[in-house]
Amino acid sequence: MGIETLLSQVFNGLSLSSVLLLVGLGLSITFGIMGVINFAHGEFLMVGAYVVYVLQTLFSKLYGHGASGVSFLISIPLSFFVAAFLGFLLEKVLIRFLYGRPYEGILATWGCSLIFQQMARNIFGANNVDVASPKWLAGGVEVMPGLQLPYNRLFILALTTICVMGIYFYLYRTAQGRRMRAVMQNRDMSACLGIRTRKVDTYTFALGSGLAGVAGSAVSLLGSIGPSTGQNYIIDAFMVVVLGGTGRLAGTIAGALVMGVLNPVFELISTSSMGKVILFILVILFLQGKPQGLFSLKTRALD
Amino acid sequence: MLNIGQLNCSYGETTILRNINLTIPAGKVMALMGRNGVGKTTLLKTIMGLLRPLAGEIFFDGQEITHWSPEKRARGGIGYVPQGRDIFPYLTVEENLLLGLEAHKAGRGMAIPDGIFDLFPALKSMLLRKGGDLSGGEQQQLAFARVLVSEPKLLLLDEPTEGIQPSIVMQIENTIRFIKEQGTISILLVEQYLEFALRLADYYYIMEKGSIVSEGITNDLSKEVIVNHLTV
Repeated sequence: MGIETLLSQVFNGLSLSSVLLLVGLGLSITFGIMGVINFAHGEFLMVGAYVVYVLQTLFSKLYGHGASGVSFLISIPLSFFVAAFLGFLLEKVLIRFLYGRPYEGILATWGCSLIFQQMARNIFGANNVDVASPKWLAGGVEVMPGLQLPYNRLFILALTTICVMGIYFYLYRTAQGRRMRAVMQNRDMSACLGIRTRKVDTYTFALGSGLAGVAGSAVSLLGSIGPSTGQNYIIDAFMVVVLGGTGRLAGTIAGALVMGVLNPVFELISTSSMGKVILFILVILFLQGKPQGLFSLKTRALD
Repeated sequence: MLNIGQLNCSYGETTILRNINLTIPAGKVMALMGRNGVGKTTLLKTIMGLLRPLAGEIFFDGQEITHWSPEKRARGGIGYVPQGRDIFPYLTVEENLLLGLEAHKAGRGMAIPDGIFDLFPALKSMLLRKGGDLSGGEQQQLAFARVLVSEPKLLLLDEPTEGIQPSIVMQIENTIRFIKEQGTISILLVEQYLEFALRLADYYYIMEKGSIVSEGITNDLSKEVIVNHLTV
């Protein structure tokens, strides 16, 4: 095994990290703020991926096959808004009855996940569909002989960087983000200061779902998409959140990096399923020593 | 300003409020006293809307608010400084103060009024520090500042002197006196520190086992009542 193979696996791992990060961010903030473990979160990723597919099909009917580059660019924000809107609806009709009830929450959202998958099967068929990558993302940069960094994976890295910067700005520089962090830290006191906590919950859930939608548009660049696309990422995304520590941006980023990069590297040195087993065992061992995850909040105890 | 009639409340399975009647006139300071575990904090939480009463009614500013959410009450002009202060530990002092403005009538986009730093000058130099990194006394000042920027009509204070060094207790006392002299904010003060409460309050209420057992003008509070209901 040459160094090129290892490096290219690491690089591929980084784009997996990016997807896991976008999915994990949504999971982390909805768990942090509402205590709801959302098993239907992966389906918002699937929705985002299908948005790319639908828009591409529509564009190629209207403008011919050359339009896939334009349609992909439009579909990224569209994926966000469609997934966010579905998240908004789901929060309104179901999730809000599950606050602070983690077990019921897991069951109910898992049920939702099955419903969403079946709906996708009914609409798009059980088979996976292909999304053609835009032409301007074909090829890659050759860094050294035998090591090529594909443009589509570089694009996913850039997209994730932009999303994380956007989330950072939203959380730490806007009034709405400040309210969100306040509710996350102390719901009762936030209410006593006049913050409309229910509204904050709804927006938070929609935002998290929207991020998963963006992740879905990124995933469509990596391979074919299908009704169970979300399932491929959800468990790893949960591991990212647990490993990184909930409610912290930096923790989720670190968790995603570890999970995304080590996964393909372990697969390289053993087999695909063995790699995952090794990774999960390492994570479990790590959590034995540090149950709060990589980044736990440290401050003076409140007296 | 605030009228409570026949209020009953259960809190978990421990403390229960029984037929509480209480009135807070505009601009007055009322002390609510009693031994540990008689339901003082429960009563404050019920007034704030954090706990739902089983029966009874709460009128504030001429409106019935018995079924209002805490955020609606806060926006209506009830300010709350809880026991333990409940400063947001991972938000900066500045962010904590900005959140205090959420309940202000003028609403969003307001800047922190400078006047608050005249009352609590120490806060000005620690705007960028995390709330959780402040000492107990500093947190108490921040909790007061946070609620005062919203310009409430009624302040609910739960044991503001608990666990605080004497110099800050003095400052808290001066602040409450300053508010009292302005005459625009009513205060319901829950306090174990008897002399502190009596120096500030116009009226007193004493609770025992979830009921109000004695009330009156602070100056008329007799030794006998104190011995019967307050000394441990």
